[in-house]
Amino acid sequence: MRALVAMSGGVDSSVAAAVMRDAGHEVVGVTLKMWSGPNGEAPTAGCCTVSDAEDARRVAGQLDIPYYVLDYTSEFRDGVVERFVSDYVSGRTPNPCIECNRTVKFDRLLRRLDDFESDVLVTGHHARSRYDGKHWSLHRGADRAKDQSYVLSMLTQRELTRARFPVGELTKPEVRSMASAMGLRTAHKPESMDICFVGRRDYRSFLAGSAPDAFVPGPMVDTRGHELGSHDGIAGFTVGQRRGLGVAVGEARFVVRIEPATSTVVLGRRDELGVAGVELAQVVWTSGEGGSGEVMAQYRAHGDPVPAVIEGDRLLFSDLQEAIAPGQTVAFYDRDRVLGGALIARTLL
Amino acid sequence: MIYLDHAATTPMRPGVWDAMAPYTDVEFGNSSGIHLVSRRAKNALEEARESIAAAIGAGTLEIVLTSGGTESDNLAIKGAVFNESARRGLVTVATEHEAVLETGDFLRRIGMPVTVVGVDPEGRVDVEDLVSVIDDGTAIVSVMLLNNETGFVQDLARIVEAVKARDPEVLVHTDAVQAFASEPIDVAALGVDLMSLAAHKFGGPKGVGVLYVREGTALEPVQHGGGQELGRRSGTHDVGRAVGMAMAMDLALQDREDFGHRVGQIRGDFEKRLIAGVEGMVVNTPEHGRSPHHLNVRFPGVLNETLLVRMDLAGVAASAGSACQSGASEVSHVLEAMGLTPGQARESVRFSFGWPSTMVEAEEAAEIVTDLVEKLR
Repeated sequence: MRALVAMSGGVDSSVAAAVMRDAGHEVVGVTLKMWSGPNGEAPTAGCCTVSDAEDARRVAGQLDIPYYVLDYTSEFRDGVVERFVSDYVSGRTPNPCIECNRTVKFDRLLRRLDDFESDVLVTGHHARSRYDGKHWSLHRGADRAKDQSYVLSMLTQRELTRARFPVGELTKPEVRSMASAMGLRTAHKPESMDICFVGRRDYRSFLAGSAPDAFVPGPMVDTRGHELGSHDGIAGFTVGQRRGLGVAVGEARFVVRIEPATSTVVLGRRDELGVAGVELAQVVWTSGEGGSGEVMAQYRAHGDPVPAVIEGDRLLFSDLQEAIAPGQTVAFYDRDRVLGGALIARTLL
Repeated sequence: MIYLDHAATTPMRPGVWDAMAPYTDVEFGNSSGIHLVSRRAKNALEEARESIAAAIGAGTLEIVLTSGGTESDNLAIKGAVFNESARRGLVTVATEHEAVLETGDFLRRIGMPVTVVGVDPEGRVDVEDLVSVIDDGTAIVSVMLLNNETGFVQDLARIVEAVKARDPEVLVHTDAVQAFASEPIDVAALGVDLMSLAAHKFGGPKGVGVLYVREGTALEPVQHGGGQELGRRSGTHDVGRAVGMAMAMDLALQDREDFGHRVGQIRGDFEKRLIAGVEGMVVNTPEHGRSPHHLNVRFPGVLNETLLVRMDLAGVAASAGSACQSGASEVSHVLEAMGLTPGQARESVRFSFGWPSTMVEAEEAAEIVTDLVEKLR
């Protein structure tokens, strides 16, 4: 089998490549060039910096596997960055890393497997996939604390058939010690947290540069419609946000809602953040067979799953949930098994 | 591995390494000292310089040793723009190497007048266009002799003549880095004031090159320091590399005529096989006025990135044009300047042949490429 390994330059994908090679597969490493700045400069933060690509190249050299940098800058710009901007402009809070998985890695790259005469696409995600002879299923990674099945919850049979996540079978300390034992230069590399195209600066300054129109001043009101002040543009706000609201009203206030049509930011008290459910968009079921009923729902990358019921395109929580932002992803689980995922279109009070 | 990327770099010719090796340990001297060890190094260096000068019809004082083509291009252009004359303008061509175009971008950013003229679909610069943008602020005109991506050879002597006729004070530089192996290079015949060469393109070591500077040409150094190279390029000499370059130049010069014939035949055979085997292939390299060793072709419907990966996995090395640092393939500015769309440029591949190329490997490579293109379509 020939495996195309998406190497980000981190320890997880380094070990993923090593595991596949040691299992006797023919391995080809690739790094996707996703983003370059206005003058062609490579990102300095996130998962895809120049030094990350260099690390990936060196690890591939250590493993003695062919390695290539593939240009995905236009796909990334159209599929991820523009979406990121338009989501904020529309009052949503996007997750660009999930969008990148969805539109770039597990769509555009996966579709090129044949081009590279490769059978499977391997990534360094902490998640496990299983085949029962008929269907593929997706499960949380062996290391619950590092589990990344949430960001893969949009994968269906089509992708799972051709994707492999060898690192999901390992705990993070196991990954690091394997890398260390093999002398891989990424063994002790810290994890990246930033969004690659935003870098270490605030995402708002990125938006201000890329979508100045997103910053239309508008009113800040309380939940009864009383004006509390004004703001520079809804793109600077996220549901649940407490800091940087620029209003002093004694008691702590949070962004409870964003109304893009009127550029209004609605503030409320903590007890007004409660959400009974969400309306779902782009619902995906791992099995491909649809579903409904009781699930455990996880709406943050590292949040705990909470009991909920799916009724049509609605997900109703058993208990009120706080600070849920439209645009974010919700993943559905049955214990450790991923049932599917969806985007949060809007919240239901 | 069949290596068809000799325009990127080519192996050292036999004997070159042996000639330069002693200057790394036994004859390790700094050529600028007063003692015997230095004198021996200095003698070897100057002997190399004489040989290099003779190979291009220059005087020894006209040879500035540099670290390679990029440095030579930078020194020529910045040196001319920042010299004592009040002229600060650069005129160049859209198909130049990045070493020239990026230098132009830098100059533009700091407020210098920079004009980039276009080319026709074959890559030929329109001499009248070029001359018409020259004004009394123009310090230097820079035109590449042999294009690194397509192999197109400009009529440089005619360009120089026209520029000088317009304004004899304008300096003319040529990046001749790709040309030495195959083209007659005589600075008097070309008429240029400045010319860049890089040893590793003609069988010498990497990290060394030449900037030919016509006697009397005012050049501000880019690199200031100990005053080596008559103050034009400071820094301790790498005597071994200079010796290696001189020897490779000599070998390339002796081989030049045969190279044109021999390598031209291999390239021609490869091209014929591709044309016969790949339906719809387009040859980007113009039919006339081309080098014997470059071939740029387009495979409609096949992304060059994918093809180059597959070729590598199948043991054939080529490229999409000049190499970028990340290794990702980018849209060729040369092909775009010739009128190809970005999409067409992304279907184009450069094959380049060199002194060690053989007919057998060209035949085998043509078969592999033909087969891969068919599979990828």
